[in-house]
Parts: sequence; structure tokens; C-alpha cells
Amino acid sequence: MSRAVAVAGTGRTTRRRLGATELVWLALVGVTVIGAVLVALDDQNLFSIANTRDILSRSSLLGFVAIGQTLVILCRSLDLSVGYVMALSSLIAATTMNGDPARVPLAIGAVLLVAGAIGLCNGLIVTVLKVNPFIATLGVGLIIKGYLDTEYQGPAGEVPSSFQQFGFSRIGPVPVSTLVMLAVAVAGILFLRKTRTGYHMFAVGGSADVARLSGVRTGRVLVTAHVLCSIAAGIAGLLIAARFGTGSALVYNSGYDLESIAAVVLGGTLLMGGRGGIGGTIAGVLILAVLDTVFNILAVDPFFKDVLRGTIIVAAVAIYARRQIDRKASRIRFGGDGGSGGSAPPEPRPDQPAPELDRPGGPDDTDRRPGAGGSREPSVAADSGPADQQGHRPARHLDGTGGAR
Amino acid sequence: MTVTAPRPTPQRSAGSRAGDLLSRVFGGGSATVFALLIVVFAAIFIVNPSFAEPPSLMAFLKQAAPLMILAIGQYFVIVSGEFDLSVGSLVGAQVVIAAALIDGEEGRTVPVILLMVGFGILVGLVNGLITTLLKVQSFITTLGMMLVLYGAIRLWTGGAPTGALSEAFRQPGRGGIDMAVVRQLPWALMILVGVVIVAVAVMRSSYGRTLVATGDNERAAGFSGVRVWRVRTLAFVVSSVLATLAAILIGGYAGVTAQVGQGLEFTAITAVVLGGVVLGGGRGSVVAAMAGALTLEALFVLFNQLSMPSTIRPAVQGVIIIAAVAYAARERARPRHHQEVPSQPQPNEA
Amino acid sequence: MRTTRALLAASAAAALLLAACTTDEPSDTAAPDETAAASEQPGAEGEDEETADGEFFVRADFDRQLAQRDVEPEGDPATPWLQAIEPEYVDTAQYAQDGNTLCFSNASVSNPWRVTGWITMQQQVEVLQAAGEIGEFRVSDAADDDNKQISDIQAFIDAGDCNAIIISPSTTATLTPAVEAACASGVPVIVFDRGVNTDCMVTFIHPIGGYAYGADGAEFLAENLEPGSTVLALRILPGVDVLENRWAAAQEIFADSELEVLGDEFTGGDGAEIKNIVTQYLQRGEVDGIWMDAGDGAVAAVEAFEDTGNDYPVMVGEDELSFLRKWQETGMTAIAPVYSNFQWRTPILAATMIWAGEQVPSEWVLPQDPITEEDRDDFLDRNADMPSLHYAKFGGEDLPGFPSAWQDR
Repeated sequence: MSRAVAVAGTGRTTRRRLGATELVWLALVGVTVIGAVLVALDDQNLFSIANTRDILSRSSLLGFVAIGQTLVILCRSLDLSVGYVMALSSLIAATTMNGDPARVPLAIGAVLLVAGAIGLCNGLIVTVLKVNPFIATLGVGLIIKGYLDTEYQGPAGEVPSSFQQFGFSRIGPVPVSTLVMLAVAVAGILFLRKTRTGYHMFAVGGSADVARLSGVRTGRVLVTAHVLCSIAAGIAGLLIAARFGTGSALVYNSGYDLESIAAVVLGGTLLMGGRGGIGGTIAGVLILAVLDTVFNILAVDPFFKDVLRGTIIVAAVAIYARRQIDRKASRIRFGGDGGSGGSAPPEPRPDQPAPELDRPGGPDDTDRRPGAGGSREPSVAADSGPADQQGHRPARHLDGTGGAR
Repeated sequence: MTVTAPRPTPQRSAGSRAGDLLSRVFGGGSATVFALLIVVFAAIFIVNPSFAEPPSLMAFLKQAAPLMILAIGQYFVIVSGEFDLSVGSLVGAQVVIAAALIDGEEGRTVPVILLMVGFGILVGLVNGLITTLLKVQSFITTLGMMLVLYGAIRLWTGGAPTGALSEAFRQPGRGGIDMAVVRQLPWALMILVGVVIVAVAVMRSSYGRTLVATGDNERAAGFSGVRVWRVRTLAFVVSSVLATLAAILIGGYAGVTAQVGQGLEFTAITAVVLGGVVLGGGRGSVVAAMAGALTLEALFVLFNQLSMPSTIRPAVQGVIIIAAVAYAARERARPRHHQEVPSQPQPNEA
Repeated sequence: MRTTRALLAASAAAALLLAACTTDEPSDTAAPDETAAASEQPGAEGEDEETADGEFFVRADFDRQLAQRDVEPEGDPATPWLQAIEPEYVDTAQYAQDGNTLCFSNASVSNPWRVTGWITMQQQVEVLQAAGEIGEFRVSDAADDDNKQISDIQAFIDAGDCNAIIISPSTTATLTPAVEAACASGVPVIVFDRGVNTDCMVTFIHPIGGYAYGADGAEFLAENLEPGSTVLALRILPGVDVLENRWAAAQEIFADSELEVLGDEFTGGDGAEIKNIVTQYLQRGEVDGIWMDAGDGAVAAVEAFEDTGNDYPVMVGEDELSFLRKWQETGMTAIAPVYSNFQWRTPILAATMIWAGEQVPSEWVLPQDPITEEDRDDFLDRNADMPSLHYAKFGGEDLPGFPSAWQDR
């Protein structure tokens, strides 16, 4: 099932990027195999139905959030308010339903509406007020937190058992929530591949300026990404309500904001935007879920889990970065460490195809941002994005000279 | 070579120094934070005039010093175009390390502090080298470091801090010189002043300019001979060492609790951005970053003085931060002041 | 974009449809009437306050908990973890078995109180493992994430080889469906510490509760402060129901007293934050008493008085050693309410009792006596070698690992 998504995910992009997403799935296979061996040494079976179920159900909640997060990160934004949106959504869902199955559709509508509105706020603050997304979404998160803390002293509302099935039912070994998550993932992949807005997200993330010059309404695209991200977090909130049987404000303490970003990056999407995709994200989420399950089976000390998780995330991203650098070495590349790490080996081949967007082919589009693809970038730089772009026009020329040097 | 590299402060003749300084401090996005600082303080004084008395101000500065020092460290990293999410965990880890190793023995204070500084340098080096050499985005590097430190330190102590701090260790954060008027001149304040002086000096040195240039345009900096990896790694080391210093002050101020340091990374980053420093690097002054931290602390005091219900405070804080940063962004988008050399391809805001 | 939204909505709708027609799990949960019943059933803290408007004060529970403080618990006072207040025993013959795999879903070990209890629990398990009463002890830790804990519990159910499941819920209410699913799997379920909104488990183990905890401190302040004195309330987090109960009880007591509550502040349990806040209040005026909903960082609050040159307040802390030591050192007027840490031993013992078919109380209310000035020094002596973030009433002195297991954490 998830395999299919993987294929769809990799297929989404052109040849050049096939490697990146494949690598993530390869990493997932690697983690799974190593995990299975370790579990086998403990005389258990990672692929038993129970454990498979466990992996899948652990992946669904983070999956929703990470899918949304992928969209904003592709646009070189990010969303730190997702945890708060999830908490708020779970409360709206549970209190609206209030135990009455007939009110389920109303609750879902209300959640999606409110979540979408929050996303709209995020997007507008970023695009219109020009506030860095880190601060914008952190601020919006704080505002929601203030509301939640004031309004709810604890779990509230009641979810009818029919809706709780969303959290607990399974078809064979696959939890319904995972199926829905995968359906949303497929929808997201189709969105990125087939719609203009989706297509433009890569452009905006790659270079907002170039995108704008080529007629993309960058603001609108970014706002859309934020709206969709919040809606995805809203769906995650619905799942929480279904699983908890009630709404809980404390969800925001569970760290889904940073975990979802980690999953996205683990899935091969660049934090500085423009590259990646939902297919990889799903693999990233599954990697984290497999780790979780394996740690649990092996009864790893909870604190040691944190150490391992941190190390694995950094190591994985380092490996991706390595790969990307290798690949880029054959294209335009600038070693920022040129001064020290020996001479920068720029081999100008500026005609590198710019695959996923209808670019105008201006002089800038090949290099987007300094080190596009190399992960050395200021991770979240949205409000200085255009500045970077302009700032590095001269550097474009230097690129050539650098090669000649 | 340097000619082609756009630098934020390309020319600093002695004559333009003063004006340059003024516009650096008050110009662009940084003006907002100073205005906000004045407004917040004015509001506090109106609500509670006795806050303006020197002893109260000293107590306030004593408690604000750690965050300001953290913000200065975070500034170095942010202005170079990176992030340091590990500082909160590092503060927590350092306090716990101090308590566990000192274990109440006065004699161990200095060796343990030296060890902590060493550990801080190590963490900064690891952060910096992974980011620059292994090309892992700093957001992820330091997020990983945050998890590793959080887990490792609890793994080591079995989940809850053990041991105790010595009286000597607690002095820098808690004590001071008793004197008239101010009641107590806190060590923390003096340490802060020292850090600020050094930080301002560093930012005016060639390293500081290189750092800003790197954050502004890494490639150009690289081509003008800057060893980007070294400059950035050093910035991470500065951040970690200052986090260690903040840990010494916080541990001294309040002793050991299990939750120490939690969430400080976000507060520090918020403070820096509030100070008009642009995430992504290349713009903003260290004084403004520090002012951002001071403003945040003052804001918390104001909330308290207004007896605002504590549940609603995050919301108000969120609104103020967004508004301030949005306002600063608007300011920056306006035509630049004289210190910018128009003929140069200057980065400007969208 | 519109299409995608439609797609998303459609997939959510599809989820509902799917959900409506597949029920292959025993987790057909929370019959509404069951939940309603649970809220009438006398429960411990956190059990009954869950109502739509998030109101956290239930008069009946408050009164009952306050009364329970004066009830003499059944059982030997030397082993308070086996005592029970007003127990109603249930038959467990149906669960009697030879299997001895014990599974424990822990909410987290993210604070010193839980760490202390967790060590005690492990020590208790070791003893019983040595005696052959417990075989494998399988643990999963949810790191304070309710959703993870639900998965953890589900994993135990799916594994199918647990002979008993112990659950220490992360949040009241939210784990109700998972606990019900565990009960439905036929395995004896033991819940301790925080409750859930169901009574399907064999036994629910907890000290008297949050109302009693909050009231112990508040009453002490009311008794030891002059009328008109000022009190500052320091709380850890909003929205944690068990902590809300403590505060609700304190508010109730304060309302009947002539004390003036200056404010209630959230500190996150962080010493620096506590000290900041107390310092600021002292800057504004006098603070005569401090009430805390948990003792984390109580010493920092006391230090704020020292550093600003104010007299010590009447203090409500907790049985955490750093506070008890500070209390002894300064001789201030104080009380240390206790949320009995020794309760971590009880579920292990309960599991072996259930396997043996012995009766256990359906609601196992453990004693919860605050430490007062009279017995403070006794507890300090007993715990003389323990680290400062250890809890005096941890109740593991008779376990073979004592004292090193608690010292070298």
C-alpha cells in the first residue's frame, strides 16, 4: 500500500530527483532491516501483524502533520503552529460533536474551517506583513495557546463512538487512520504534480523572485500552502479527538511541530524549499514510526531514544547532503568553504534543466539560491529570500570566474 | 576581491562613524525594538512607579541577564545565516552537569566550570562542523543536538538531576556587591556588561564583519577569501559558550530544577528577531538583539504588573511579537539610509 | 487549490464512511452511558471533572476527598502502599493464572516525582522476579504523548501475551478508549496515579487525590496566616486536570478564608521562572504565603524572599527533599503536602495478587498524609543520603536495592 505511494512520490519529479526520494525509501528499508534484525535477536518479529499495525498506526498522526508541513517547507516557509492547531482542532471536534453522532459532519466542517482560517492568518502574516514564518507561526501558535489555556482547563467534549472508529478501526492490519493519511498523501502528491498552484510551490520555494518574475503569484501560492498545512494539522486534530475520545489542549506539548519538520527533512525535502515532496515525507514519517516501534519492542530507555532519534535524524540528513553535493558537483556548485576546504570546484554547467517549474530560463534560475541543494543554507530565510536572490546575482558571475581561477 | 563582495557596512570612515552607529542601532528594523522597549518600560513605571527604584531595576537586570547573554550568542549564529535550537537543552544539560559533578563540594567549583566551558565548546564545535562540513542544515543539526543533549543528560542522571551546586557556583547568578542605593550590584549584571562589550568589539572587528558578510551572502564571502566554515563554526562555538555562561547564571540564580532551560531556544530566537535581526543572516546589530531580549523580559514583567491572567499572556505575547516584527519589516522595506552605498548591489527587503 | 481542499474534505468524509462500516476491533469504545456512569462513580482526582465546559470542581469529590483524609486506612501502617481507604473488594478469581508476563505502559519519566516512583517500581519488580512471581516485565514509555501511549497500549493488546497490563495514564479522559480496549481484551488491567473515565479496570490505584492535596496546603495557610494576609499561588501548567483539581480545592479553601490571593502564575516548574515571578510580586508588595500545586522549585521561591531581604513566607511545598532540607535549615513555617510516591509499588503487588486470585479493592485509595513540622526531621533522617530531587515518601526503604538504587540514578 505505502509502496504504491512511494512510487507515486518518486514518479512525481523528474529523473534528476528520483535519486533523492529513492534514497529516503532506501533509508527506510535500511532502518527496517536493521530494526528487524535487532528485534529478531530479541526473539521477536518486527513484521508480525501486531507490530506492522503498530508501525502504521504510529505513523498516521505524524503523517498528516508532516504532509502539510511538506507543502509549506517546499515554499521555503515553515509552520510552528501545527501543534496548537491540532490541539484546538481536537477540542473543537470533541466539543462540537459532544457525543452526538449526527453532529460529526458539522464538527469536521468546523475543524477544517477554523484550521483553514488559522492557515490563512499564518499565510497572510508571512506574505502581507512580511514577518518571518518562524516568528509568524510561533506567534500565531502562542495566540492559540493563550486561547486554549484560558478556555480549557483540561480535556473537554466527547466524541461519539462512531467517530472514534476513525482512530481505532482497521482493515486487515492497516488502521483506517493510516489509509486516510495515505489518501491525503496521494491527494497531496497529485496536487503538487497536477495543479498549477502545486507546481508553483516548487518555484516559490526555489526562488520567490524568479517565480514572481515568471508570473507566479507567489503570495497566493504561499498562503495556499499555509492554509493546506493548517488543514492537514486540523485533520490530525480530528484523529486525536477520535483516538482520545475527547479533545485535549495538552497535545501542543507533544512536540509535533519540530517532529513534523524533522520528518519532512528526513524525507529529503530541503528546509530552504524548492525541492522534495510528499512521497519522501511519508518515508520519513515511516522511518520515525519504525524506530519508535523497534525502540518499544526492545524496551530502549526513553532517554536513550531521544539520543538515538537525534543522532539518526542528523546522520540521515548528512547522508542526503553528501549525495546532493556529489550530484551537484557535476553541476553548478559553489563550495562555500572554498577558502578552506581547498579550492571550490565549480564546474559551471548552467544549462542544467530546471525541471519542475515553468521557468523563464533567466540567468538566475539555475542556481536559485547559493548552494541550492547543498544543505548549508540558512535554514529558514524567507524574509530575506529575495534579498539573497538579488545579493547573489553578482556572485553568479563570480561563479564563472571562480571556475576559471 | 572584497570590492565585489557586497557587505552591509561597506565603508566606515571615521566621519560617518557616528551617523553610521546611530542608524545601525536605531535605523531599519532595530528602531522598533528600542521604541517598544521604551513603551514597555514606560508602561511598567506608570503601573508601578516603585519599579523604577534602583534595587528593583537591579533585580530585574539580574534575572534578565541570562536571556540577554543567550540572545547575544544566538545573534552570532543567526547573523551568520544559521540557527541554534540546542541552547535551551544545553543550558539544562550544563546546570545538571554542574550539580552532578560539584555535588556540593566548594573545591570543585572552578574545575567543574572549566569543564562546562570545555563541554560548551565541544557542543558548539559539533554543531558548527556538522553544519558546515557535513552540510546538514543548522535547524536540523541543532534540533538533533537538542534531542541528544536532552536524552543524554537524563540518561546519565537517571531522569532527574542529582547532586547539588556549591555556594561559590551560585554566587555569579545570585550574589553581587552589596552597596547603597541599588542594594546589590549583581555579578550577573557585570558579567553581562562584560559580554556586551566583548560582543560589540567582536562585531566591529574583522571577524564580525566577515560574519555578517557570510550571513548576507555566503558565496560572495567565500569568493572574497572568507573561510565560511570556520567563521560559522566559530559562531556556533560562541553561542554554546554563551549558553554555558547563561547556564552558570541561571543555575546560580535559581538552583537546579528538572525543567531548567526548557524552551529557552525559542525565547532567545524570538528575542533576537524582535531586535530586528533577520533570520537568514546578514542584518541586524548585536545591541539590538540584546535589546530584544530585554524587551521580552520587560514584557513579562509588565504582564505581571498588570496582573494579567497568566493563561492569556502567551496570546498577548504572540500578538506583540508579530506586530513588532511586521512593523520592523515595513520599516526595513523603506528606502535605506545613508550608510548604504547605492551603487552597490545592496540586498533589500521585499 | 479548491480541488485539493475538496479532495481533503472528500478523504476525510471517506474516512468516516470507512469508519462507519468497519469494526474489527474490540475497541468499540465508550458507550456514552458508561462514561456518564464513570462521572458519578466516586473517583479520584481527575476522574469526574471532565465536562464540556472544562469546569474542574466537583463538590462531591472535594467533600469526599477531604473526608477521606481523616479515615483510618485498613492495613498495616508500616506498609502504606498496601493500605486502603474504605476499600470495596472485588473478586479476581476469573483472572487467576500461571502466566506472569507483566506489561506496563508508562506515561513518562519526565519529572523527578515520576523518576523516583519508577525506580521504586523497578526495585519491587526485581524482588518479585527473583521470587519467580513475575516473569518478563515489559515497559513502554510514551514520553508524555497521549497518542503514543494509546499506541503503546494497543501494542500490548496486539502482542497478546501480557498477563496483566498496568497503565499510568498520561492524561485523564484521553486514554479512556485505549484503557477500555485493554479491558475488552480480557487481560486484567490496573490503572494507577491518574484515572480514566471508565471503571472497566480491575483496580484503580491512587492516593486520596488532588483536592485533598490542594486543600492540605491551603488550609495550612489559612490556619497559619493572619486574616487579610496575602498569598501567591504558583502553578506548573494550565490544562493538566490533576493539577487543576489541586488549584480548584485551594481556591475553595481560600474563598472561605480571609486570605487575599494576589494571583496565580504558571511557572513550568522551572526554578528561574519561579524566582522571577516571586521577586516581581515582592517588588510590588508583601507576600505572606506561597501555595504551590507541586513542590518543584519551591526552594527557588524561598530564595526569592532571601535575596530580596524579605521575611520567610508561610510555605506550601512538597515532600521533595530539597524543600524539606531548606525548610529544616531556615525553620520557616511550612507544610509539605504529599502525593504519595509509594503508590508506584502498589500496582506491581496488585498484579501478583490478581494472578493469585486474591481480592483487591476496586478503587484502591492509598493514604496521603502531608509531612508536617513534627515528622519532617524523621523523614529527613531516613532519606539523609538521598539526592535533593528525591521524594521523602517513596516507600522503598525495605527493598533490597535501598539505598543505592535511588542514589545512583
